[in-house]
Amino acid sequence: MDAKTVIFVIVALILAPIVGGLLAGLDRRLTAWCQGRFGPPILQPFYDVFKLLGKDRQAVNTWQIFCAHIYLIASMLSLALFVIQGDLLMIFFVMTIGAVFMVVGALSTPSPYSQIGAQRELIQMLTYEPLLVIVFVGIYFVTGSFKISDILAYERPIFLMLPLLYLVLTFALTIKLRKSPFDISACHHGHQEIVRGVLTEYSGPYLAILEIAHWYDIILILAICSLFWSTSFIGMIMLLAITYLAEIAIDNITPRMTWKWMLTYVWAVGITLSLFNMALLYAKSF
Amino acid sequence: MGFFKNLVETSRVKSPWIVHFDCGSCNGCDIEVLACLTPLYDVERFGILNIGNPKHADILIVSGTVNYRNAKALRNVYDQMPEPRAVIAIGACGTSGGIFRDAYNVVGGVDKVIPVDVYVPGCPAKPEAIIDGVVLALAKLKERRSTKDTDALAEELHKAREFYANREDRKVVE
Repeated sequence: MDAKTVIFVIVALILAPIVGGLLAGLDRRLTAWCQGRFGPPILQPFYDVFKLLGKDRQAVNTWQIFCAHIYLIASMLSLALFVIQGDLLMIFFVMTIGAVFMVVGALSTPSPYSQIGAQRELIQMLTYEPLLVIVFVGIYFVTGSFKISDILAYERPIFLMLPLLYLVLTFALTIKLRKSPFDISACHHGHQEIVRGVLTEYSGPYLAILEIAHWYDIILILAICSLFWSTSFIGMIMLLAITYLAEIAIDNITPRMTWKWMLTYVWAVGITLSLFNMALLYAKSF
Repeated sequence: MGFFKNLVETSRVKSPWIVHFDCGSCNGCDIEVLACLTPLYDVERFGILNIGNPKHADILIVSGTVNYRNAKALRNVYDQMPEPRAVIAIGACGTSGGIFRDAYNVVGGVDKVIPVDVYVPGCPAKPEAIIDGVVLALAKLKERRSTKDTDALAEELHKAREFYANREDRKVVE
């Protein structure tokens, strides 16, 4: 690893939460606009996080503190692995470790809200992880490698070969963004049933750490999306912008559904789309 | 370090998260609190969120009279909120006990159980008045420190001692 890569990694680790926060702010503004409201300032997510960092440290047990930090470290590490153009499967495993630790932290407290939220978060992970692996396998079929450097070296946009698998990836993005109809584990609007679900027992600086780690995760998934049009910068930006605007639109027009619906619907549609896309690829190669 | 402190203080004023506790109110004030979230008033433009979780909240809004049964619950919600925090009592009942103040089961206003920073009168309190109350609470919240700061801690301790010394006046006997 040379000095240039190290600088790239550091720049990405600094820029990612800034971009993630701005995206979250833009998201809240657009959602408010959809609902006929004025909405908070674009910088609102940063105000929230800095306020949380300045609050009292209050934790139910030490496990929570440990788990919050591991989640942040795993998210940062997976983004760093992406920047050094490592292996997609490795990135996926590191990201999963972080997500699992977040759930373990929530499970370590006796609060029923936290417990239910943690169970739902586990089901969400169960839903999107097979799909992510299928997407990576699809990318492997086209480019012949799991390594990001090889995927970037492929001369055509892989979106043209894997349009349906891109749709499958957006399912995972929707779940990871905690957006409707899949916002069942930590919803802003489900106070009565789960308070804040998996985030209920994290408070103050630890909640801020989770928020920052969440921004890293969002940026990582968007970066994986950007691989689908890696040949031109404009194409990449267009693809990401359309994807994110579609996410906001879907968030605003769909209600929150149950975990059973999520599991059956996402697996049924996701696996069917993936099979269809794979069949198309095979048909092309003959 | 000064820069970070300033940043946190500015952020605290710009992002007050609210938890709303209904202490046996007639729901008149509760509906007015929820009305603040509607597009007409849209308090989210000030960063105010109804968060529904005392562990995440900065401001506790209490409506309704305190009675012997829910005094403990109110105390519990207040104790779960990390510093810095502020309390707003809403409506005639929340501020003093209102028309129910002499009832056999009523302790009185919210300040009989927890220290209150801002009183918003009205029956029910108007949404404009509630937003005004939150803004007043923000001014107080800005001066608060998290308990890491020893001077502020001493001040809080002094307040708590005073509060404890007056406990006979607020005694809750079932």
